Amino acid sequence: MDSIIIQERLVERLLSPRTQAQRSHPGKLKDHEKQYVGFATLPNQVHRKSVKKGFDFTLMVAGESGLGKSTLVNSLFLTDLYKDRKLLNAEERINQTVEIIKHTVDIEEKGVKLKLTIVDTPGFGDAVNNTECWKPITDYIDQQFEQYFRDESGLNRKNIQDNRVHCCLYFISPFGHGLRPVDVEFMKALHEKVNIVPLIAKADCLIPSEIRKLKERIREEIDKFGIKVYQFPECDSDEDEEFKQQDRELKESAPFAVIGSNTVVEAKGQRVRGRLYPWGIVEVENQAHCDFVKLRNMLIRTHMHDLKDVTCDVHYENYRAQCIQQMTSKLTQDNRIESPIPILPLPTPDTETEKLIKMKDEELRRMQEMLQKMQQQMQDQ
Amino acid sequence: MPPLDQPLSVLKGVPTTITAMSELVPEPRQKPVVPMKPMGINTSLLGYIGIDTIIEQMRKKTMKTGFDFNIMVVGQSGLGKSTLVNTLFKSQVSRKSSGWNREEKIPKTVEIKAIGHVIEEGGVKMKLTVIDTPGFGDQINNENCWEPIEKYINEQYEKFLKEEVNIARKKRIPDTRVHCCLYFISPTGHSLRPLDLEFMKHLSKVVNIIPVIAKADTMTLEEKTEFKQRVRKELEVNGIEFYPQKEFDEDLEDKTENDKIRQESMPFAVVGSDKEYQVNGKRVLGRKTPWGIIEVENLNHCEFALLRDFVIRTHLQDLKEVTHNIHYETYRAKRLNDNGGLPPTPATPDSATGLSLQHVAPPRWE
Repeated sequence: MDSIIIQERLVERLLSPRTQAQRSHPGKLKDHEKQYVGFATLPNQVHRKSVKKGFDFTLMVAGESGLGKSTLVNSLFLTDLYKDRKLLNAEERINQTVEIIKHTVDIEEKGVKLKLTIVDTPGFGDAVNNTECWKPITDYIDQQFEQYFRDESGLNRKNIQDNRVHCCLYFISPFGHGLRPVDVEFMKALHEKVNIVPLIAKADCLIPSEIRKLKERIREEIDKFGIKVYQFPECDSDEDEEFKQQDRELKESAPFAVIGSNTVVEAKGQRVRGRLYPWGIVEVENQAHCDFVKLRNMLIRTHMHDLKDVTCDVHYENYRAQCIQQMTSKLTQDNRIESPIPILPLPTPDTETEKLIKMKDEELRRMQEMLQKMQQQMQDQ
Repeated sequence: MPPLDQPLSVLKGVPTTITAMSELVPEPRQKPVVPMKPMGINTSLLGYIGIDTIIEQMRKKTMKTGFDFNIMVVGQSGLGKSTLVNTLFKSQVSRKSSGWNREEKIPKTVEIKAIGHVIEEGGVKMKLTVIDTPGFGDQINNENCWEPIEKYINEQYEKFLKEEVNIARKKRIPDTRVHCCLYFISPTGHSLRPLDLEFMKHLSKVVNIIPVIAKADTMTLEEKTEFKQRVRKELEVNGIEFYPQKEFDEDLEDKTENDKIRQESMPFAVVGSDKEYQVNGKRVLGRKTPWGIIEVENLNHCEFALLRDFVIRTHLQDLKEVTHNIHYETYRAKRLNDNGGLPPTPATPDSATGLSLQHVAPPRWE
């Protein structure tokens, strides 16, 4: 793109510099003729294109039932995704397996369109025996990766739908003393497939000292078990102090202790979203009450793109490498192809076409030799 | 309900029939469903005899001997069981305060840990044993995690049975049977969890279960009422009889009182705390949050006061009686039937059930 601009400008100057009085940036070109190329407008162009295309984001929520997942999702995106939900009672849940349910909603704000997909996992951790209850979830994530892998390797790549899960909010129960065995096993099974953001749910049942202790405990256990949760990227050294301070606070508050609510209550003469108790009102958007605002800012306002990037660059690449390695080892076992990396998972050509290819190769080589001979003869003459 | 500022009373009401005395002295006999009619002809008294002083005599006796109460707490870790027990008995009686390290790992199987304390109030001594069940419901696979608990309860019945059947019986058989089991329901706001149902189904037949909604400060008033309704309905649909069981209501007075408790208050939504704060010039037990102080004993905030009155001030003796007259008798009848109507010999472990007493650790006394 930039080379075309350079060429255009050069052509302009060569043809008739004096008649170019009405240029878009007359002053600028005169002053910085030699330095100003113009590719600084690139981000604007990208921005315009993306706004037209719209963004998509897939968020997964996981955790025991009754931890306020649906309420939090509704609070984050100010929608009501779960209007027609039917809650099962305990007896019906005894033989339930974990399901995967997707809700898609299109949100638009100031001309920017977002296609938001929420992947819900009802039934997780509810049964009496929860062995491998995370398997349907890992299978789903792998399926999305596989789908994307196939689409990427296919012939028509114009309209690939990206259904890969960009972020998984994992809800930790505030009633425990830290991570439970189910939590640890789930996170270990998923930390290399998806960005895990652990949250402490229903934080309004804890007093500030309890929240501090619980966060410390959870951070310790995450380190102890080697769980790789999503790490906020380091901010560049040339960012201003305020941004750095915010970033530091963000990192120190992980895991976020959140409260969700979509009901509006009256507090101190203001109408706020919150929960009304006989002993006071909990305000969802009050930073002193919970970390909801931090979570929302992180998820939507500052780190959404980074989450997508890490999914594409790290998790998807890991999957892809694994996949290809598996295919290669399978193929070398069958002794069919010697080269290490097949580009497509196509079926290997049968012997007929192989013969044809070999013949054509031979022909090509002979023709090349003849050409070389002729060139030499011409040079000698 | 009797006024709240009276000292702990072992008697529920003033008995007016002659059968009152046998009711109070524990005897292995089926509790009658209808109140027994007096043995003799009801004659009118010509003067004051002094029969009613029997109450005072009983009271003096009980104060001297004291009595025991064994309460078991069951629930997932972190639901506030230890704190609630401490708050109930206004002293550090739980496992957490008795030297066991709170930070220790979740045990791989359900353990039973019993701790005994002697607490005294108004001249009345109570040997309180708190039986804790760490590890319940915390694993990934919680199938049959109630079995160790059921086994423990049956072992206590077995112990009592063996003592009873002895030729040379002790004057007062030490009572280690579980009188009351507080089951802690997690306040999800939706309904009971499958594990809760399974536990209560299996154990409501062997012990008095009182379901309690833990950490109730996480629900608003509407959520609390809805949740309680749903839980009550689910318990009813599944045929779970929690204490006070409908079939053991003796007379109309009991029935109306218990009906009210069963249909409106239970399960009690409680909050526990052992820290005090200043509210309106008074020192109260509570939890201090950035948005207000939750008072544990304030009925507008939670139902802890109701639970305390229920378990300690009104139904304590009844809990013991139902355990002795119903649950223990059921166990005893089953054992005797299994054994062909013969009592098991106390010296050797019984081969029919395979139960032996060696592996039960006696409660730690502090």
